[in-house]
Amino acid sequence: MDNTITVTQVIPIEMYVWLSAALFAIGVTGVLVRRNAIVVLMCIELMLNAVNLLLAAFSTYLSDASGQIMVFFIMVVAAAEASVGLALLVMIYRNTKSVDISFLNKLKW
Amino acid sequence: MTATLFYILAIVSVVGAIAVIAARNPVYSVLCLVVTFFAIAGQYVLLNAQFLAIVHVIVYAGAILVLFLFVLMMLNLNRESEPLQPTLIKVIAVVSGGMLLLTLVAALRGVDQIPLAGVQDTQLGLVKNLGRLLFTEYVAPFEISSILFLAAMVGAVTIGMRSKSDKREIINHL
Repeated sequence: MDNTITVTQVIPIEMYVWLSAALFAIGVTGVLVRRNAIVVLMCIELMLNAVNLLLAAFSTYLSDASGQIMVFFIMVVAAAEASVGLALLVMIYRNTKSVDISFLNKLKW
Repeated sequence: MTATLFYILAIVSVVGAIAVIAARNPVYSVLCLVVTFFAIAGQYVLLNAQFLAIVHVIVYAGAILVLFLFVLMMLNLNRESEPLQPTLIKVIAVVSGGMLLLTLVAALRGVDQIPLAGVQDTQLGLVKNLGRLLFTEYVAPFEISSILFLAAMVGAVTIGMRSKSDKREIINHL
């Protein structure tokens, strides 16, 4: 068991930081590029996952389980957010017959 | 072996994430997101966070993305003709996303200076260890998250429900 090479020995922590930063930036770009509200919600999930990955990586590299507990709570919040967000989208679709976010600008300024 | 696996999973997750925002059809976006989430679950396994890997697959691939697919199918949005941003806005969005990435990379450049734990505990991510922490040190947030779930459940049902006048209209329509 002690002879197996763990990821902490071969991959420096920076690689996880760059990977998470890339995933987060892709998520932000998706929110800005897409007009379909469901895809925008999916990009928010992607950003949450980038943060989760970084928390789990630091938790392992620092040998501290609190980071993994935090990932668990972020998953809880993400699940609640997705269910309420999708319910809101279904409601919006029922009223406007579209999920295009550029029509939902009444609260913009 | 471990390093190769890391790079393969990283490339799969980044390509999947780009495909999510590039796919015209929202159903393809969801399927690419599933691929990305499985790659991230693989990263959790590599990081010795086995419990997180399983929970990630169950919660994201099993629950949240099925919910997304279900709503897409229910609203019948699985067609190619969906509204797109004007090209100028797209270019501006991609440029600002790239600049955000640049800023993040520049800000996190000194991360290799962080002192890391010399000896890793391989039992860290197992259910036994995490469960003990969750029910001792983090028991208050754990209980509060159950209240959050209850509120989300009631909220989703209340928001999604049709009003009484709505129902009457449908019955009259029939």
